[in-house]
Amino acid sequence: MNATILSHVFANGLVLVAEPMPSLQSAAFTFLVPAGCAHDPADRGGLASFVMEMVPRGAGQRDNRRLVLDLDHLGVERNESVSDAHGCLSGVTLCENFFAALEIYADLLQRPHLPEEHLEMVRQIMLQDIQATEDEPAQKLAIELRRRYYRAPWGRPSQGDREGVESTAIGDVRRFVAERFRPEGTILGVAGRFDWERLKQEVDRLFSRWQGSPAAPADQAANRPTAGHVDHESQQTQIGVAYPSVPYRDDRYFEAWGAVGVLSGGMSARLFTEVRERRGLCYSIHATCHSLRDCGGVFCQAGTSADRAQQTLDVTIGELVRLGQGVERHELDRLKARIKSALIMQQESSSARSSSLARDWYHLGRARTLDEVGRRIDRLTRESINAYLAECPPRDFTVVTLGPKQLEMPDGVS
Amino acid sequence: MEFRNRTLDNGLEVVAEVNPEAYSTALGFFVRAGSRDETADVAGVSHFLEHMAFKGTESRSADDVNREFDELGAHYNACTSEEHTIFYAAVLPEYQDATVALLADILRPALREEDFETEKKVIVEEICMYEDMPPFGADDKCRAAFFGAHPLSHSVLGTVESIERLSLAAMRDYVRRRYGPANVVLAAAGRIDFDALVNVADRTCGMWPSVVAERLVPEFEPIDQFLVVEKHSAIQQYAVGLAPGPSAESPRRHAAKLLATILGDELGSRLYWELVEPGLVEHAGLNHCEYEGAGVMMTYLGCSPETIDDNLRRVRDLYARAEREGVDEDELRQAKNKVRSRLVLSGERPRGRLFMVGGDWIVRREYQSVADELATLEAVSLDEVNSLLREFPLTRGTMMTIGPRTDVRPPNSLVGQAPRA
Repeated sequence: MNATILSHVFANGLVLVAEPMPSLQSAAFTFLVPAGCAHDPADRGGLASFVMEMVPRGAGQRDNRRLVLDLDHLGVERNESVSDAHGCLSGVTLCENFFAALEIYADLLQRPHLPEEHLEMVRQIMLQDIQATEDEPAQKLAIELRRRYYRAPWGRPSQGDREGVESTAIGDVRRFVAERFRPEGTILGVAGRFDWERLKQEVDRLFSRWQGSPAAPADQAANRPTAGHVDHESQQTQIGVAYPSVPYRDDRYFEAWGAVGVLSGGMSARLFTEVRERRGLCYSIHATCHSLRDCGGVFCQAGTSADRAQQTLDVTIGELVRLGQGVERHELDRLKARIKSALIMQQESSSARSSSLARDWYHLGRARTLDEVGRRIDRLTRESINAYLAECPPRDFTVVTLGPKQLEMPDGVS
Repeated sequence: MEFRNRTLDNGLEVVAEVNPEAYSTALGFFVRAGSRDETADVAGVSHFLEHMAFKGTESRSADDVNREFDELGAHYNACTSEEHTIFYAAVLPEYQDATVALLADILRPALREEDFETEKKVIVEEICMYEDMPPFGADDKCRAAFFGAHPLSHSVLGTVESIERLSLAAMRDYVRRRYGPANVVLAAAGRIDFDALVNVADRTCGMWPSVVAERLVPEFEPIDQFLVVEKHSAIQQYAVGLAPGPSAESPRRHAAKLLATILGDELGSRLYWELVEPGLVEHAGLNHCEYEGAGVMMTYLGCSPETIDDNLRRVRDLYARAEREGVDEDELRQAKNKVRSRLVLSGERPRGRLFMVGGDWIVRREYQSVADELATLEAVSLDEVNSLLREFPLTRGTMMTIGPRTDVRPPNSLVGQAPRA
């Protein structure tokens, strides 16, 4: 894993961070633009996503059809998404088509048409998306849990709300792009087979005339813990629990991550073993670390039949509290084995790497090599994790349930 | 890149695409056992058995199985379809032999009574989870209607009733009949030590007694029908359509994949321009699914309930036009470029290749390198694609809609034989 990370900050503020992976035939890119849904105006929930649907509908010399057609011909597997902080445009293709694809994305970011005649179509797509979530209880719960956990404007659903989407006008879309699609704060991660000097030259040629910086985002924080219930006509009850954790850039992040790995990494992890394997209470249960730049949380979710939901909640909270008492060495050894192979397997995916590079830069102002991550994992010990857990035990739970019946909150949950 | 294969004395086949440049190794046992091999009294047993494999063997408890996989740093899972059950793991090359030994062991599960009863509850939860997500139930119901008495009509999950009724003895009998060595392929891709792979396979599976497993491959006559299934708790309205297509043995399956890409790929296809881009639906697409002795072209969409009639008419018109006028050379080029890129990208990871290598072998006893696949794809002509539209018309078959609406009428050219399911 002797990879090199190359980076360059252009005069307009655009960051390029790249890792050559010469054994691959592909090259991948990830643009993080400071245009996430935390920047949606309060009465325009969903605007960032609305914009992300509008942007690929024509840019530069290409209309909406030409754009999709040309990317298809270049074999670009593309994806657009919106997180709290960013609009994310990513793609991967064969290395010989990479620069031609990048040229199209230069248009998307700097010269999108944002055609007014598409406004109603995009509005319909946005409304359908909100409506379809009603048929996906687990997703609906995840949205509600995040909304309660983080303090607004963070943690709001990227899909927005009906009122915001219904009142969005073309002026809102164009203003948002003008204000937020700016090079200052934009990060381009590239991984795969490419020539660094050429990449730098091309990015310079394509983006050097782009100028400006967006307004600074609101401070990030978590809310005080709460408990809530959403009535939903379903066979299963969805259970969500969130609690505070340190953000990615905190020195202790890997300890926090390791602790969550003991809870939910692999099938020998505690939640899977205690809730599913021993008791057969659910099909799906998991916990993950989520991190904004300045604060983070652990999000845990399970779905189970309404009549067994109370027991599932009780056992799950019990396991979270027990984690505060520490982890065992054998649990950590298994976790390390899984992480080590996951790191090595990341070397086989240019898209996974390009996205990690860009996200690392956002959180840390630099990117870690997989080698560096590996060394940090080697330094994880039972003692270091337990010291972290003694300092920050799982507590102050935000609990949300969704289903036909409200549950009783276990002790210690407000 | 080198292909190697060997058949053990008891009939179990070992196949591998060896790539010394790879960082990892992907390993999988492909078992020719799925819901089509089930009788009504054991509906759902293939999938239930997949779960039970992880609940322990004669020498390992359930905790041992999970713990050992995690100790190997394995990224592992299993899946069950109408035709196959696959147990797989991606690991670092040094764990190849230990991983094969563990996977081989769980293919001979202990099937303890207590675990069986606990896992029943998990399966029932899985069924309930899908019940709460309306589009998932729809394809099972449509498949049952389309295939009628044919075994491909069987649901992989089974029903709450069939799972609760299932006995341990029936599951034991099913393992004995379907998990014989001649019905199993051990496939591998990535950095493989092939001689060591054969050795460990022989050591761990070589004593499995031979059993002959039959599979029924009857002819089937698809029925043209339009069905409305009420699900009043659903917010959106969904539709699933099944029309006949080329089977897994047919050389025309490549043309079918390209046709599905042209008409129904997620982005840039005709359905995309007609329905998705203008915001008329939440999602819509067309896939080709291939089986032994049968194939289907599956249409799916989800939209607001009040727009379903109009959307179904648009789909019907779009297909009717394609049947009348065919697709053109530019569209075929576009589809080939897309599929080419996807093949190369998924082939970069041993995990991606495992499913191609294992799948090709268990279905057709053939090996296709990525280069072979690309050449085959490139050779498909416009005539081949357009003749499919004549031979397997997309306007035929079963169309089903599920959601809050009960009064959806069939679009004109689909004959509604029974308005309600």
